[in-house]
Amino acid sequence: MNKKRRAITKEIIIDGGVCKGCHICIDQCPEDVFEVSKTRSTKGYLMPVVSRIDDCIACMLCELICPDLAITVETTKDEK
Amino acid sequence: MHPIAEKYIRKSALPTIFCPGCGHGTVLNSFLRAVDQLDIFNTLGLVSGIGCSSWTPVFVNTDVMHTVHGRALAFATGLKVSNPKLDVIVFTGDGDCVGIGGNHLIHAARRNIDMTVFMLDNGIYGMTGGQVSPTTPADAKSQTTPYGNPEPPLDVCALVVSAGATHVARYTTTQPRTLISGIKKAIAHKGFSFVHIISQCPTQTGRYVYGLTKPDEYVRMIREQSISLAAAGKRSTEELKGKIITGLLHECSDRPEFVETMTRLRRA
Ligand SMILES: Cc1ncc(C[n+]2csc(CCOP(=O)(O)OP(=O)(O)O)c2C)c(N)n1
Ligand code: SF4
Ligand SMILES: [Mg+2]
Repeated sequence: MNKKRRAITKEIIIDGGVCKGCHICIDQCPEDVFEVSKTRSTKGYLMPVVSRIDDCIACMLCELICPDLAITVETTKDEK
Repeated sequence: MHPIAEKYIRKSALPTIFCPGCGHGTVLNSFLRAVDQLDIFNTLGLVSGIGCSSWTPVFVNTDVMHTVHGRALAFATGLKVSNPKLDVIVFTGDGDCVGIGGNHLIHAARRNIDMTVFMLDNGIYGMTGGQVSPTTPADAKSQTTPYGNPEPPLDVCALVVSAGATHVARYTTTQPRTLISGIKKAIAHKGFSFVHIISQCPTQTGRYVYGLTKPDEYVRMIREQSISLAAAGKRSTEELKGKIITGLLHECSDRPEFVETMTRLRRA
């Protein structure tokens, strides 16, 4: 689990006010951290939910690729 | 919203007009990070034409000229000549840039005017419902080519290189780190910088050209087709068929820059 870890992820925040449920983050995450929500957001989208946060390697791909800047990956500082 | 968006997005313009999974949103995301890293927010002069792609800068909370179809480069030229201190940056689409606006592109490149052009290429007229564009693949079915596109796509990067652009690069929305560093290099370059960004339009190109119903499948497809310039150098032409070659394709510094020439003439 600790293999590629650069920083420790504390939390992944997904903003339901701007997420449009495109699921690119779910598909692109190399560690399969997300799942599709079973319930719809206030905007009516099936958003991603974080179901395996311990697997997150803080690569930041989800927040960088998000077309709606809806994702924030909060990490602790680099502990090298 | 991400702190970067909190800092730079024009909240009154939200939600963005983009469909779910539209690549233009990822370009906006990468652009804001590049602006933050270069610390150039206060000198930005953003210009765009018409199309979904041309809406990208409208969400940035700074001065933006959202102009007329195909003419973004003409407005941008006027802006740069009248105020050379600005970092003039143009957002345009394949239809806007090389369909209706192709002639402006050739001459802006020929002048080597100091500005940066991001051409967000989804291979279609997205906004108007999926008509064929100059970069639609041959044989592709679109709303205006129901029997398949009879024309080959235009190699826009080769066009601007031959016209005189001094920085030409290609990236995709599927590799945002590479895109961010490419955007930064293009903005930092003095002269005409052209960045060809392959961007997904799940609504039109995805459904009609590629038969893909989901944005994530489309992103995966682009990512699999992408190959860096260095890696491409080791492959044969046959192996590179259907591949998207990414990276800095061309750079030179031996051509005079237009605004400098104009300033010299004005002083003389
Ligand atoms: C003079 C003029 N002709 C045609 C149109 C209709 N029109 C609006 S957007 C567009 C195509 C835009 O395509 P592109 O630049 O590829 O942008 P995209 O929506 O694909 O991002 C067209 C033909 C127009 N607005 N003005
Ligand atoms: S039509 Fe295509 S280009 Fe336009 S916003 Fe939708 S996905 Fe993006
Ligand atoms: Mg287009």
